[in-house]
Amino acid sequence: MQSSPVAPPRILLAKLGLDGHDRGVKVIARALRDAGMEVVYLGMRVTADQVAAAAAQEDVDVVGISILSGAHMRLMPRMVDALERHGLRGADADGEVLLLVGGTIPDGDVEPLRQMGVDGVFPVGTFTAAMVDFIRTGVKREAL
Amino acid sequence: MSISDEPRLRTLSGLPIEPLYTPAGLDTSGFDPAGDLGNPGEFPFTRGAYPTMYRGRLWTRRQIAGFGTARATNERYRFLLAHGQTGLSTDFDHPTLTGYDSDHELAEGEVGRLGVAIDTAADMGELFDGIPLEQASVSLTINHPAIVLLAMFLHNAERRGTPWSALRGTVQNDSLKEFHGQKTFALPPAPALRLTTDVVEFCTKHVPNWYTISISGYHTREAGSDAVQELAFTVAQGMAYVESAMRRGLAVDEFAPRLSHFFGVHNDFFEEIAKFRVARRMWARLMRDRYGATRPESMRMRFHTQTLGSTLVRQDPLNNILRGGLQALAAVLGGTQSLHVSGYDEAYDIPSEEAMRISLATQMILAHESGVAATPDPLGGSAYLETLTNQLEEAAMAYIERIDAMGNGSMLDGMLEAIVSGYIESEIAQASYRYQQRVESGDYTIVGVNDEYSDDASNAGSLELFEFDYAEEERQIERLTTVRQGRSETDAAASLRDIVKTAQADGNLMPPILTAVAAGVTEGEIMGALRDQWGEYVDPGVF
Repeated sequence: MQSSPVAPPRILLAKLGLDGHDRGVKVIARALRDAGMEVVYLGMRVTADQVAAAAAQEDVDVVGISILSGAHMRLMPRMVDALERHGLRGADADGEVLLLVGGTIPDGDVEPLRQMGVDGVFPVGTFTAAMVDFIRTGVKREAL
Repeated sequence: MSISDEPRLRTLSGLPIEPLYTPAGLDTSGFDPAGDLGNPGEFPFTRGAYPTMYRGRLWTRRQIAGFGTARATNERYRFLLAHGQTGLSTDFDHPTLTGYDSDHELAEGEVGRLGVAIDTAADMGELFDGIPLEQASVSLTINHPAIVLLAMFLHNAERRGTPWSALRGTVQNDSLKEFHGQKTFALPPAPALRLTTDVVEFCTKHVPNWYTISISGYHTREAGSDAVQELAFTVAQGMAYVESAMRRGLAVDEFAPRLSHFFGVHNDFFEEIAKFRVARRMWARLMRDRYGATRPESMRMRFHTQTLGSTLVRQDPLNNILRGGLQALAAVLGGTQSLHVSGYDEAYDIPSEEAMRISLATQMILAHESGVAATPDPLGGSAYLETLTNQLEEAAMAYIERIDAMGNGSMLDGMLEAIVSGYIESEIAQASYRYQQRVESGDYTIVGVNDEYSDDASNAGSLELFEFDYAEEERQIERLTTVRQGRSETDAAASLRDIVKTAQADGNLMPPILTAVAAGVTEGEIMGALRDQWGEYVDPGVF
């Protein structure tokens, strides 16, 4: 059987809230693109609901949220919620979107974030190569 | 492994480093000690802003602080002043920086989180309660809403009976760097620049000892730029402000002495020292030759320095104390007027009191134990340092010429164009990505991150991090509600109408904003009225 080429993973990146620290998310956007992935950067100052709506519309495999304001424990539950409401995760979802968060995240918050449904937590200083590997392993996108 | 195994020896901004520098080599490069250096305190100020430098007066130890409500930050200020701090600097939270009240939808989780939450003049009064404003110089780190926060500060000074002429301090008010540096913008570039100039004009006339803009490279560097870009874009911003104030009809020698600067300091020790020295030289030459300044105070750059938060490493965080010490030493050898050493625990959260105590001690050890403060510019004349200083100037001036060309000979128009076209943003994004690649490839070694002894465990050990109390957010929203309920709605609405009328008529906005904050109008309401008038900037997200 002839194998058809596998479509590259599609990633939506965004910053929630008013936090302006966008250096990391832009480096990651570039690194993922250079690794052959399709990247949509929604920008900053968006709400969880706007991110979920865009993720649904863009048909992405991964949603990556950048937060360096310390508000991750408040905002990530809203993000999980919004993805469920838009049918991208949870019982009704047709294939789950991976949810990642990166930023200034103390060690003690990593496990609670996983418990609430975040698939990958990447504190500042994480190498982009590690994120590329994580996404390649996590997204097994079959060609149509 | 020896460091010459690394692919090519160059500074962090990419300047080549020769195997050896000699005095003879410096002589043949065209180095002119009289014209390029001069004496400390004299044009072109390469060797320092003042003749005696730290022999005459040590740098100001100014650790920035702000979190929670005004009351919580006021307590931290008293702690810092009791532990050797000599000036105050205020970090505002994201809602305050971006001009939203604490009860706005986007503010959730960020109220008081990375800085203090200020919504009204009452909050500002509480922030400096019991602190003698005539003695402690105060720095307000706020940009697009600078005019509103400064109005709240001036209102409180008046209420306390402190004449405006007795106030010493700084408002950051650097609106242009928001678009490529700090990213806490509220308005589009042109109206934001107008507000910056309103503050310059008002203070020149009414608050004569206030520093009206702190022209900042720190955030541009944090956004990922290299030393050359930090230098070039900061000087370029300053030129735009000078041209804007002159277009307003102010004489350069009238306002330029009250402009100050703010830089970051990174790991590359000699490149950073060279950056500070050449910043002074470039500014002096531009102010004299391009803008016709005649007073030495107009040409003399003075600056604050902060060790860069982005150089702090999560792994083995105690090592960050050494990084901060080396960076602080570079700032002192570069002749800084005031200094903030970032807390060693800031890769995890805003600094604990313990971390701030060590930062202050770092400064005092440099000042009193090391001997480096004993004579001005002790490294001046070093063949390596002077070569780097010249190379940085050449590279930075090339950027400035490019931006000047974008404005057809106006740096004001050139900077607006360079921002709106995404040019600056894109230059910084590329430098930021290059740096990350150098770290990931091992081309640039960071101990604990990519060296041969590193492991993956982020050995935070027993760090006692700052603990944020989320009840602060509720307390702040309650305070805000109380102020709104206690004011006259008629007066509040009238003052907002005045602000809009002045905005449409091109007048200076400070007088109507002073009236509004006195009437209990909030920061979010004033900035909201201006956003309605001028629109809101949307980041282009260039990567």
